[in-house]
Amino acid sequence: MKIFDLEKHSLREINQSLQTSEITEGKKIYEIRNPKGSHAVAVGLKAKINVNIHGSTGYYCGGMNQKAKIHVFGSVGPGVGENMMSGDIIIEGDASQYAGATGHGGVLLIKGNASSRCGISMKGNDIVVLGNIGHMAGFMAQSGNLVVLGNAGEGLGDSIYEANIFVRGKVSNLGADCIEKDMRKEHLVTLKRLLKKSNCSVKPQEFRRFGSARTLYNFEIDNVNLY
Amino acid sequence: MNKKIDHSVPQTEPRESWTFSPEVNAEIRRAAATGIYDIRGGGAKRKLPNFDDLLLLGASMSRYPLEGYRESCNTTVVLGDRFAKKPLLLNIPITIAGMSFGALSGNAKEALGRGASAAGTSTTTGDGGMTPEEREHSSMLVYQYLPSRYGMNPDDMRKADAIEIVVGQGAKPGGGGMLLGQKISDRVAEMRNLPIGIDQRSACRHPDWTGPDDLEIKILEIREITGWEKPIYVKIGGARPYYDVTLAIKAGADVVVLDGMQGGTAATQDVFIEHVGQPTLACIRPAVQALQDLNVHRKVQLIISGGIRSGADAAKALALGADVVSIGTAALIALGDNDPVFESEYNKLGTKAGCYDDWQEGRDPAGITTQDPELTTRLDPVVGGNRIKNYLKVMTLELQTLARACGKTDVRNLEPEDLCALTIEAAAMAGVPLAGTDWIPGRKTEDVYGNIF
Repeated sequence: MKIFDLEKHSLREINQSLQTSEITEGKKIYEIRNPKGSHAVAVGLKAKINVNIHGSTGYYCGGMNQKAKIHVFGSVGPGVGENMMSGDIIIEGDASQYAGATGHGGVLLIKGNASSRCGISMKGNDIVVLGNIGHMAGFMAQSGNLVVLGNAGEGLGDSIYEANIFVRGKVSNLGADCIEKDMRKEHLVTLKRLLKKSNCSVKPQEFRRFGSARTLYNFEIDNVNLY
Repeated sequence: MNKKIDHSVPQTEPRESWTFSPEVNAEIRRAAATGIYDIRGGGAKRKLPNFDDLLLLGASMSRYPLEGYRESCNTTVVLGDRFAKKPLLLNIPITIAGMSFGALSGNAKEALGRGASAAGTSTTTGDGGMTPEEREHSSMLVYQYLPSRYGMNPDDMRKADAIEIVVGQGAKPGGGGMLLGQKISDRVAEMRNLPIGIDQRSACRHPDWTGPDDLEIKILEIREITGWEKPIYVKIGGARPYYDVTLAIKAGADVVVLDGMQGGTAATQDVFIEHVGQPTLACIRPAVQALQDLNVHRKVQLIISGGIRSGADAAKALALGADVVSIGTAALIALGDNDPVFESEYNKLGTKAGCYDDWQEGRDPAGITTQDPELTTRLDPVVGGNRIKNYLKVMTLELQTLARACGKTDVRNLEPEDLCALTIEAAAMAGVPLAGTDWIPGRKTEDVYGNIF
């Protein structure tokens, strides 16, 4: 295990070390101590490595991640895992706004709650939140899956495209063009896979699925009041 | 019973309303018939104060000129040396603005890359990401980082030579993008991860930051991901240039790109294009003032775009304090957009050469603003690239000619004192004297007794 300490090492030193191709894939565990809310920790990683962060981070932890498994033993600021392409990011605590925004792939697991706009513009990644999520989650979400074991705030799935949102708890209300949809077999399979990966024992059948009504895909003047 | 007009009695002349002009009336009728606002491409078409309202003074007794073609006049410029390890060195202070694959055909993007590379300058991606052809044919490629993040991936970001965070654009400050379903081909849909044929809306603000304090952190993240190598540009529309440029600098931009309201777009509402933002001419001096007030003029470079057409426009923009100009619409015209050679086809589309602006429909006879497989073949990227190169070289020669005439060994030595304005409006906007006077409207002046008035 290689240990970095943000009280002793600069952010640049740590990120550069983690980003370099010399890292032996899958063998080492990297530990980051004393993040103390630092921004852009463990961003732009490209190798299949394990990074454990002990403490809470600021903005964009794990941003644009590729392949790496990043485990935060604390809470995270806005934009955790933004535009992640692959790999795994696990948050033991809570996540602030825009968690998993615009992600193309990989899995973001938030064991606490996630704030507003979780999964905004997601493009293929999967997000699992064990707690509740705030307002406007899944706004303009294009593809991928947002799984919420708790409750969802207002405006869920506003202007959503082809992403799926699964909610086990209550939904305050739905955003424009978002509707409750049938839970088909393939959706149950997806849920089962993500719940298993997240070590959750709840059943897929306990969720409801939300997605796009597709009425706003092409502009119609008669729909103007829906926007 | 119809009363006959007595032509022996003088009649009032039929009089068109200035307010309800034929164009206005036609738009009212169109709106009433269709129930949808007018969407089009391009920039503001209304008559605006512009660079034609300024003149360069040239040299005379008080300054002496440089010999054309004989005495050197530098045109190179370095962009992004504030923080980036690998700043860009441009041979000419003219770049190609961001235009997306999707809005433009693949051939058009390739042609822009070829032409810019041959002229020693950069070109820019757009919404939807980077295509391999574009990267291959662009020696310097600026990667736009847009609110939609369509096609955004860190591998392409690392391949880029600079990164341009787009906050806004001159055609629609405060507005998002729009690519209508007609132009969403299989490839465009795949790159943007959206269903084929739907109207594609790009967000008007970024999904994971909301203000300059956030932007500072976003820039930190991008620098960390790209190893602090790439210059970071921040592009803004011409809204409140003094404050917007100040905040962009504060957020850590290496380069600020400022796009006035004549700047084009692939498609948006006509009402947005014509009624939001400020003319390019009015944006430059406040932006330069912001740079000067923060003591970073020439350290953070300023790129001006929006209606730049010639070396004369470039010379005037540089004289007002810009480091570089950028062209978009002019580059498309150089490629063949709105060329009278396609007149009959423009007529079939209900328009005429020089007026065609329905770029969103994907039926461009010139094969530029389209994804139609047949139409796109009309633009040979090699021929197009040559045209872009020629045009950029002409612009550069024009710029050098004017700079030499003003006695400058470097085009960036042009200064506001080399200019006068033909109209009061242009004088006020550009902050230069009205021709034949020492009067700069809106500026406090001091008389020989020290009285400020």
